[in-house]
Amino acid sequence: MATTVTTGSTTTFDKKTWMGGVEPMNASYGKLMMWFFLISDTFTFSALLVTYGLIRFSFPAYDPAIHGAFQFSNLYWPIPEKVYNAVPFLHGIDAPLVFVGLMTFVLIFSSVTMVLAVEAGHRMDRADVEKYMLWTILGGFAFLGCQAWEWSHFIHGTEQGMQIKELVGGEWVTRTVFGANLTENQYGPAAFADLFFFITGFHGTHVFSGVILNILIFYRAATGLYQRRGHYEMVEKVGLYWHFVDLVWVFVFTFFYLV
Amino acid sequence: MSDHNYHADHSGTEVEPAQTKTIWKVFYILAAVTTLEFIIAFAIGAGTLKTAIFVGLTVVKAFYIVGEFMHLKHEVKSLIWAILLPCMFVVWLLIALLMEGDSIFQLR
Repeated sequence: MATTVTTGSTTTFDKKTWMGGVEPMNASYGKLMMWFFLISDTFTFSALLVTYGLIRFSFPAYDPAIHGAFQFSNLYWPIPEKVYNAVPFLHGIDAPLVFVGLMTFVLIFSSVTMVLAVEAGHRMDRADVEKYMLWTILGGFAFLGCQAWEWSHFIHGTEQGMQIKELVGGEWVTRTVFGANLTENQYGPAAFADLFFFITGFHGTHVFSGVILNILIFYRAATGLYQRRGHYEMVEKVGLYWHFVDLVWVFVFTFFYLV
Repeated sequence: MSDHNYHADHSGTEVEPAQTKTIWKVFYILAAVTTLEFIIAFAIGAGTLKTAIFVGLTVVKAFYIVGEFMHLKHEVKSLIWAILLPCMFVVWLLIALLMEGDSIFQLR
């Protein structure tokens, strides 16, 4: 089954043929390598999320019986729905998790349009591949835009900020912290914002490179390269990467925003 | 998947109709599970039960994304296990380090 199609002196490229003529795991070279790249990327994201779990478990959780009404404090880990409760153009309105919920739907939907592009590729339907790749790219940009706003809001913080007491030169001084950076933040322990920046930032970088790859694939599909090649397997390979990015967000959404 | 016949001389005018039923079914499942998670986030107070539900629902979503969208469900067994087995060790690492974190909390 995995043989190079030879017609006379010209050799047609067969995507199922490896150099040795055998096809391990019934997958083409490019697809299998994409799977192995993704498993290595899984380890990287796992390391970040496991670190989040470890550090979170080493800090006290908010307990109404001990701490009273919830307010931001660097003594305990904040509750996600108190931190992520802002929506663009609705300033001052408490809308917990609404915006990240929207981001989740944007990314899931762009995953659906990606899988539709792959399906169109199987049918050699160039117009459909172009259409769905464009929707996927649009979804990617929409997600990146949302994340940029989310970061900006997180960095600038709320109007109230958080009051902290610290010992400066033998005297207790009260100071208000606004927003977040890598050394201190108004939401909780310093590690909370550090992990936010690292995990969502690393994921956002993946979304960004995914969008770049999608644009490249769109361009090559639009110029008819895959039609001439005889198959749209590149759409499938980049599709695997794009679904993986969506998958990582599913985990980030659960462990960062919900739990 | 593997027995698709590709024709280089396909003109693009006579394409087959789209087979998108499964894709939309998976989308509705993912959307429903996400909505359910959203409701649970406010309906149930923080605790082991809530965390367990969230982890369970996340695994459901991961199953549909990897199985259907990434097509792993329809690949050969050796490829499925090559992907699943390393991930199982990650779960082990996760549990071990969560216990480690709890231990640090107790010692502080």
